[in-house]
Amino acid sequence: MAKITLDNLAHSYLPNPTSEDDFALKQLDHDWVDGEAYALLGSSGCGKSTLLNIISGLLTPSQGRILFDGVDVTHAPTAERNIAQVFQFPVVYDTMTVRENLAFPLKNRGEKPSYIASRVNQIAQMIGMETELDRKARGLTADAKQKISLGRGMVREDVNALLFDEPLTVIDPHMKWELRTQLKKLHHEFGHTMIYVTHDQTEALTFADKVVVMYDGRVVQIGTPEELFETPEHTFVGYFIGSPGMNVIPAKVDGDKAYINGSYVQLGRGYGPLNGKIEIGVRPEFATLSDTDGLPVKIRRIEDVGRHKIIRAEFFGNDINIIASEGTPISADMNRVSFDPAHVNVYANDWRVKGEAA
Amino acid sequence: MEKTVNQKAWFLVLPVLLLVAFSAVIPLMTVVNYAFQDTFGNNVFFWAGLTWFEELIESDRMWAALGRQAIFSAIILAIEVPLGIFVALNMPKKGFWASFCLVLMSLPLLIPWNVVGTIWQIFGRVDIGLLGYTLDKLGISYNYTQDFYAAWITVIVMDVWHWTSLVALLAYAGLQSIPDAYYQAAKIDQASRWNVFRYIELPKMAGVLMIAILLRFMDSFMIYTEPFVVTGGGPGNATTFLSIDLVKMALGQFDLGPAAAFSLMYFLVILLISWVFYTVMTNLDKREG
Repeated sequence: MAKITLDNLAHSYLPNPTSEDDFALKQLDHDWVDGEAYALLGSSGCGKSTLLNIISGLLTPSQGRILFDGVDVTHAPTAERNIAQVFQFPVVYDTMTVRENLAFPLKNRGEKPSYIASRVNQIAQMIGMETELDRKARGLTADAKQKISLGRGMVREDVNALLFDEPLTVIDPHMKWELRTQLKKLHHEFGHTMIYVTHDQTEALTFADKVVVMYDGRVVQIGTPEELFETPEHTFVGYFIGSPGMNVIPAKVDGDKAYINGSYVQLGRGYGPLNGKIEIGVRPEFATLSDTDGLPVKIRRIEDVGRHKIIRAEFFGNDINIIASEGTPISADMNRVSFDPAHVNVYANDWRVKGEAA
Repeated sequence: MEKTVNQKAWFLVLPVLLLVAFSAVIPLMTVVNYAFQDTFGNNVFFWAGLTWFEELIESDRMWAALGRQAIFSAIILAIEVPLGIFVALNMPKKGFWASFCLVLMSLPLLIPWNVVGTIWQIFGRVDIGLLGYTLDKLGISYNYTQDFYAAWITVIVMDVWHWTSLVALLAYAGLQSIPDAYYQAAKIDQASRWNVFRYIELPKMAGVLMIAILLRFMDSFMIYTEPFVVTGGGPGNATTFLSIDLVKMALGQFDLGPAAAFSLMYFLVILLISWVFYTVMTNLDKREG
């Protein structure tokens, strides 16, 4: 187990990157605290797999250093880093039995046969494949194969970090839940540093202590699920996390009020003069439909998703989503929307502005 | 569902039946016809029964040719398969050099067989051939027209030169289908180079390798043109393989009856071995599914 430090790290797949756009992974400094579970969340092509491969040593960064417990491993091969990685698609050794598959990483490191046997049994129990240990891995279903891959990743106890690259993509939804819980339990038990790449927000939020949200090759926010929900640092975080995502509306901000098309929204904090593209962001959970206060909107559609209702509204060309609890009566003359001032965030050029307590 | 009986459907099969009849069945039946009869010309035939087959089974000449044939096929398979895999493993995976290697590898496959024979026939000649002349000047005694071993080595090296590419290309195709994640996982598991080959590359190549072995076996077992052009089956009968012997018998000595019996048995042996290969291969697929 180790603390992993990214120092001034960046990567480009081009040999001579010139502008910032050439970098698949833009400059990044970060400490992965020993023993925490992280999720790397972002849409496809945002650089999360690049970052993971740099940490595992499958890719050498074009700039910066990686340190494991203060030791520079930037150019060290994968084997020396002592990490485990599970890939998106199952990797099993077809001609080996399930048992041999699980024992393979231990055998290659010259562990004692008695230790290997007991450890393999322990892991088999964890992934629920004790009865299939002597079957050939060839011919198993995709999720059984992926369970073997997971097991092979977890079989070594002394790894510096466990890396997961969207490992549950091929698994049945019901099995997904179970395996994720297993991983979490494992994390509590052994305290490995875990980094879990995914584009599924539920997966990220349920698995990780800290979620690292990436967008366009950049880490836009690192925080607990709660922080990501309440104070998204970047409009992308607001939009990407949550269902539906945060409402983002262009506005003019003056002091503790935001002006939009002649109406104003009360803000929880005061703001000095701001430059650039100014927007306010409010999660649908903090928006309320009423017939008296707030912005006049046009209701386009109401979706009842069972637990709550989603109201799709429009305000001068901007979409506004509102979540109302199931019991809320909605009548035809409710065409105004108000926001909870404490949860209205202000963004300048997509980044959140802190503001001062009003 | 109730099936409608319609005998007219047979007419739809008729064209293909006719085609197969004229292209395969009738010629084969002519051979069968010859195999059971004797003739002294003028289209007069006498029933010979199994005479030719009995004669063939008891003939040392056929057994010797079959033995040479089996040894030849075994040797070239033992060389071409490992060598082909080795070449495939060392070929570049992508970029300009990958295409370059592919073109280079397929060149020998594009040369007509008798031209290959001619190339090596000249290449090995002591008086004008580059190989023969050089070896001779180096003081190595080499003459494929007189020396038993020189003749065998020439024929084998020629076949390896001509056909290793095929094995290499098939193995290369098998290797290309392995996703990168496998190699990355192996690195993380600290698998040795040998283990990567043994547990990742070889299993993934198994299917295409079976096809490569089958093709190489059949082709080598029926080889005729190349050794015929180079050694003519000599010196003596040293490189007289089954096909060469068969042609000698049928066209050289005009022993049509024995040659026909020979052909039939030759055909059956190849059919039998191919069937064994096919069965093994399909079983392999089943295990995979």
